[in-house]
Amino acid sequence: MEPGLYHLLFISTTLFFIGVYGLFTRRNLVTMLMSVELILNSVNLNFIAFNKYLWYDRLDGLFFTIFIIAIAAAEAAVAIAIIINLYRSHKSIDVEDAEEMKY
Amino acid sequence: MSGSTIIFYLLAAFTLINALLAVTTRMIFRAAIYLLFTLIGIAGIYFWLQYEFIAAVQIVVYVGGIVVLIIFSIFLTQQAGEQLPRQKLGRQLFAALAAFCGLALVMVQLALHPFIETGNKPILPTVANIGNQMLGVGDSGYALPFELVSILLLAALIGCIVIALKSKADKQ
Repeated sequence: MEPGLYHLLFISTTLFFIGVYGLFTRRNLVTMLMSVELILNSVNLNFIAFNKYLWYDRLDGLFFTIFIIAIAAAEAAVAIAIIINLYRSHKSIDVEDAEEMKY
Repeated sequence: MSGSTIIFYLLAAFTLINALLAVTTRMIFRAAIYLLFTLIGIAGIYFWLQYEFIAAVQIVVYVGGIVVLIIFSIFLTQQAGEQLPRQKLGRQLFAALAAFCGLALVMVQLALHPFIETGNKPILPTVANIGNQMLGVGDSGYALPFELVSILLLAALIGCIVIALKSKADKQ
């Protein structure tokens, strides 16, 4: 069967929910960040698929993908700065060990 | 089945298997490497779709930037060779159930939804077209969001420096 829009949407949906599963099960901040990256990548793939197969007369999906990649890079940099700072004060990056702001 | 179809299925399987391994392995460094392969697989899918510019951006920013940053932070915060603690079985089961239910719901909606493509003349995603359309100030331009993203990147840069700075109390 020739790959088309539905195949790409299947890949991106599966990738999104793999990321959601990782976000639910992981308790380490770095691995949670990896799951967030997977989710962002699935969204990018979705935008590109719609741009390629449905609205090929414009390039808006591609622009959104570029913006998402830029924002994801900024987000990863800030998140890692926070994680390293947290490690400095708590000697751990497990979310269970950093819950004094919870209540 | 043509060669391009086979390549697509290989790329899809490569991406999804590596993504699954990245969220399930208990060795954190291996998780980062599986994430790297997932991102390369997605870049391959972009190449397969003939969106070469976005594939190059994906490789440069994600594979060359974010994964390297993640590996650095693993080296700084994790003991080498130590496995992550095993999660409770109930939590894993419920997470898998929730993810599977969401996947099933979205797949059913996708199968039921008729997608209607526009009949207009296609624009090729060449670098010249991307530059002209994205930075135009006319009808389809994205000049303002582009500037906003540049300010966001500057703010993130300064924010990282401020967060990572040692305070004066630490030094003493």
